[in-house]
Amino acid sequence: MDRKNVLLFLIGGLVVAAGLAFFVSPLASGSPDGLNRVAIDKGIDSTEQPHAVGDGPLAGYEVKGVGGRGLSKGLSGVIGVGITFGSGMILFGFLRLSRARREAREGSGPQGARDRTPTTAPGP
Amino acid sequence: MHIPDGFINAGVSAGAGVVAAGGIGVSLRKAAKTLEERQAPLAGLVAAFIFAVQMLNFPVAAGTSGHLLGGVLAAVLVGPWAGAICVALVIVVQGLFFADGGLSALGLNIINMSLITAFAGYAIFALLRTALPKTRSMTSASAGIAAAISVVLAAGGFVLEYALGGTGNAPISTVTAAMLGVHVLIGIGEGIITALTVGAVLAVRPDLVYGARGLTPRLEIRAVEPTAERAVARR
Repeated sequence: MDRKNVLLFLIGGLVVAAGLAFFVSPLASGSPDGLNRVAIDKGIDSTEQPHAVGDGPLAGYEVKGVGGRGLSKGLSGVIGVGITFGSGMILFGFLRLSRARREAREGSGPQGARDRTPTTAPGP
Repeated sequence: MHIPDGFINAGVSAGAGVVAAGGIGVSLRKAAKTLEERQAPLAGLVAAFIFAVQMLNFPVAAGTSGHLLGGVLAAVLVGPWAGAICVALVIVVQGLFFADGGLSALGLNIINMSLITAFAGYAIFALLRTALPKTRSMTSASAGIAAAISVVLAAGGFVLEYALGGTGNAPISTVTAAMLGVHVLIGIGEGIITALTVGAVLAVRPDLVYGARGLTPRLEIRAVEPTAERAVARR
């Protein structure tokens, strides 16, 4: 039952994140953020170099080929939420799996509790 | 607060890359040891949520905006180790896909927005929590205050990096004053968003909030039965 509730929480949270990205991000301020404002004001932005993926399909939070700044930004946000969630699930799922494996290993033998330390030290 | 390519010289950027990789590497090891089963998908959600909210720039002064960094939020929700990984993941996705934050500046950005906010910010949160009454509202407030301070600390991170390897001509004192000043304002926004989000999760699922462990005595009692059985079975 708890698992089901966590699943509901996950779905709810994802809907909120995607909703914020799609509906609210087009309304966000387009002004430079604090660091960029300081860089412009103090003239330290002249050394900025073009971004390596500046021509990418999602560069600048716009989906290439999608007209309408708001729609393009909102859509890019939903895609970003998807990419982040997907890669996060893979990454944290893997971390969780490695813990489960280690626990299974440690539980199997009396020496297991000694963690990762190899018992065969490089002796003389 | 994403540093683009070129602001900081290659040497300092590369050094920051090594530091960031080390910090995230340690975080991965620690998270692998401590992450609970149900926290894993939650951490994925936290990363996705932070990605979304980082897009929501709010105006702070004439012609200037700020956005959430999210390190304290993530750390309070899933713990500092997994939290730092969440924000680092967001920064990598932004850099690789959205051309936001230079790829050569990845290490700098991870230090400022992930490591500093998640660890220094969480330390402040933990201090506040021991000092304040252990209630939900005080937990939210502690998260908000820590989050606000973490933004100023992150700005300090940039100042330090600029002092070490800034390619611009502006004097360090000028950059310091400007960076800290504007990020006090942005920090207020970060604090409000963090407190509201932590408060919302506490209202729905307080047991899922890492930073609020001990706030839910009823749930602890319920968990005793199966846990005790398992502990006995393991021995």
